[in-house]
Amino acid sequence: MNRVLYARRRITNNVFLILSLMAAAIGLGWLTLILSTLVTNGAVGFSFRIFTEITKSSGSNGGLANAIGGSLIMTSIAVVVGTPIGIMDGTYLAEYGRDRLSAFLVRFVNDILLSAPSILIGLFVYEVLVPRMGHFSGIAGAAALAVIVIPVVVRTTENMLLLVPNTLREAAAALGSPRSHIIRSVTWRAARAGIVTGALLAIARISGETAPLLFTAFGNNGWVSGLTGLNSPMASLPLVIYNDALSPSDDLHQLAWEGALLITLAVLTLSIVARFFESRRY
Amino acid sequence: MKPFTNRLLGLAAGIAVACAATSALAVDLTGAGATFPYPIYSKWAEAYKAKTGVGLNYQPIGSGGGIAQIKAKTVTFGASDKPLLPGDLQAAGLTQFPTVIGGVVPVVNIPGVKAGELVLDGKTLADICLGNIKYWDDAAVKKLNPGVNLPHLAVVGVHRSDGSGTNFIFTAYLSKKSPQWASQVGADTAVEWPTGIGAKGNEGVAESVKQASGSLGYVEYAYAKANHIAFVRMINHDGVAVEPTAEAFKAASARTDWAHAPGFFVVLTDQPGHDAWPIAGATFILVYKNPADPKAQKEALQFFKWAYENGDALAEANDYVPLPQSTKDAIFKSWQTNIVPASQP
Amino acid sequence: MVDAALSENLAATSRGAALRRFGRSDLRFRFFTGSAALLVVVIFAGLIATLVVGAWPAIKAFGFDFLVTSSWNPVTERFGAFPAIYGTVVSSAIAMLIALPIGIGIAIFLTELCPRSLKRPIGIAIELLAGIPSIVYGIWGLFVFVPYFQQTIQPRIIDAFANVPILSTLFAGPPFGVGIFTASLILSIMILPFISAVTRDVFETVPHTLKEAAYAIGCTTWEVMWNVVLPYSRSGVVGGAMLALGRALGETMAVTFVIGNAHHINSSLFSAGTTISATIASEFTEALGTLYIPALIELGLVLFGITFIVLAIAQLMLYRLNRLAGGGSK
Repeated sequence: MNRVLYARRRITNNVFLILSLMAAAIGLGWLTLILSTLVTNGAVGFSFRIFTEITKSSGSNGGLANAIGGSLIMTSIAVVVGTPIGIMDGTYLAEYGRDRLSAFLVRFVNDILLSAPSILIGLFVYEVLVPRMGHFSGIAGAAALAVIVIPVVVRTTENMLLLVPNTLREAAAALGSPRSHIIRSVTWRAARAGIVTGALLAIARISGETAPLLFTAFGNNGWVSGLTGLNSPMASLPLVIYNDALSPSDDLHQLAWEGALLITLAVLTLSIVARFFESRRY
Repeated sequence: MKPFTNRLLGLAAGIAVACAATSALAVDLTGAGATFPYPIYSKWAEAYKAKTGVGLNYQPIGSGGGIAQIKAKTVTFGASDKPLLPGDLQAAGLTQFPTVIGGVVPVVNIPGVKAGELVLDGKTLADICLGNIKYWDDAAVKKLNPGVNLPHLAVVGVHRSDGSGTNFIFTAYLSKKSPQWASQVGADTAVEWPTGIGAKGNEGVAESVKQASGSLGYVEYAYAKANHIAFVRMINHDGVAVEPTAEAFKAASARTDWAHAPGFFVVLTDQPGHDAWPIAGATFILVYKNPADPKAQKEALQFFKWAYENGDALAEANDYVPLPQSTKDAIFKSWQTNIVPASQP
Repeated sequence: MVDAALSENLAATSRGAALRRFGRSDLRFRFFTGSAALLVVVIFAGLIATLVVGAWPAIKAFGFDFLVTSSWNPVTERFGAFPAIYGTVVSSAIAMLIALPIGIGIAIFLTELCPRSLKRPIGIAIELLAGIPSIVYGIWGLFVFVPYFQQTIQPRIIDAFANVPILSTLFAGPPFGVGIFTASLILSIMILPFISAVTRDVFETVPHTLKEAAYAIGCTTWEVMWNVVLPYSRSGVVGGAMLALGRALGETMAVTFVIGNAHHINSSLFSAGTTISATIASEFTEALGTLYIPALIELGLVLFGITFIVLAIAQLMLYRLNRLAGGGSK
């Protein structure tokens, strides 16, 4: 009797553990598959030209320098603007709002924003900014990306803050710490890894966004320089990849693959570096 | 941990300063619209910049986008593969002119059928796209191809899923040749396809046709050439089976009376001429008659004037057909009569 | 005596000042968090307002019919959203069906099975799937996955299920490569890391004492996962799943490359379909005419509506789950 039960439990256990092993294998398999195609298509004929030359027409040995620059600028602005807002918002939800109606509303609205098609966010920013400024601009592109960053960071921040045990907060409160101080030096600190993950997910999310930039950053075949550059149409890597991938020329296809490899490698490096920092701190 | 709020405020201040510092901006020559002429516009822009130092930023956001953006006055010029009707131009205060001509080519993937081997006419092509002809060995197809060994293979229609100027040219042709197509589907940059599968962009259609056995699609000439897919010879208005070549596209526009077409509204499908390719089309530029920024528009028109005068060789090298001299003269004349003097090139 | 009283007084004032200062900084901090929260609501309201204004001509012209009719005809300007709604819901649902068990499986593997030294690299590797931009998924899907799927996998699936009653309809040919099922597969890869990363993080917050107690009374690893870890962390898991579902519903670029973008509803999952966001993305830039763009914007509103319903159901479920857990736990 007992032996049958034990055997069944052991078999169930093994079956599910093997299934979970297979799940991990599937996940890793996809990653390997996608990365290997990216590398074989992008690394073949890869040249440092893409960092020095700007986008040109087919057959002119163009590069991606202006697109890389534009993407870096707009992504940085979007993350630097969007992340603090998202963290503050997530903090409100997790620390002050909790079960209030207002928090429920904000949470709901945020989750809907999270899944809004990015082209509609681009459209919204276009309506608000572009006709008023009279032209497309890097600022408008960054604004559209920031609107995408915020809900991602809010969601992860709240999730992570809610995971911080209440006993920590209570212990700090018992020492007489004011609430804002508890949040800043106890809960944020405890949830730091998760919050960084949120910011990374946000960068990952916007690094490949094409649709919201179409009517905001618009794209630019040339360089933009200095502060004035932010106020004029700005190139971005995903936009260039998109246009090149749908062009008839093999050399532009090649450039699209190289750009795709580049974005992916950048995000990859970024997350590994961030992880490294996290592991060093604790 | 330093409060995020401080950094946030600092950043906001920085951006405000940046905006203020950049409010005075030099003339910016920006155009947007059709994807079809993007390769040649970017070639012209590079050559023009090398010569004059004036840069042009053209972004292929789509014909609809081009029309919407010129109406919103966010660009110096808009570009569209589908010409606006003279009435629409009038209402918006716009004027339009053609730049180059290109062709749309039906492509097939039938085992054993080589490039240029299959011949179709407009009616049969429409029947295939309508789903009336379901197999390649249909009597109507056989009749046009007596020597070709056609297998009993289901036809898989592949069409552009996204709206496009290619769609407009193709469906305009089918509408001319098939009353059923005209009444049931019509001609536009996007239509309700009766059958088949959709693919994204010319590239997507070319890819799908290469992969699906028995498929029929249509792509711009440059894509058919670049992807080495089997093109179809079409029977033209004069009843001659022609191959898609730059000469055949040129022949399609040879007898067009651009000068007397209001707003240059001409659809180049099914044109008369012994060598004329029947599915050709021009692509258009839209500018204001009385622009908000006359200086920028002047720069833009100077660019196109330069392109008309010096860009023919580049256009031909990239599989586009330049306009005949008479048309170019008509365009220059239309600028003089329609556009304010401050913007004359 | 006097000195003592003075110092006590001094201490009291400085404590009062400190408390007041704390109070002020507290208020300020709270104000900042509150206004950040308000900003999101304002963005949302602005977005909805922009969309309603943009969609108004279509709402007026089609009314409720927009949601239930299937015609999508830019020439006659008759627009019905039903095929796009169907494609959105079905592709996301299938993607969730595939990704949820795999994602949770990965999380279980990472927390319970994986050797300590491999935990971090494998965890990061899975999360990298989230780092791959959607345009890369799109290009990869179109140029690499679709041809292979069409030539190798689809014919086999069609043959294998040819005589199975329901499956033969769901997986009917011909093999196009693109289609709703392909889109679901790509979507499932894209949302996998969202599920596994959040689930793993949540699993790791389960107090060790709970797990150790369960192991101590002789539970197997699986029993600990199923009876202790999952119940403890289920709201987090549901949260991760919602995040993933949100991503799947709104995913645009990758889907539009591989779904076939046809406004038809077909019983076969291998047939071409479309989703709301794919329709918007592939048609928006070329749309002309008075009702076409409003109809596309109204589609965006519909997507918001669907997301709203999904989230409402999720919140309700979470609420019930929490109440059950709070009431009589087993």
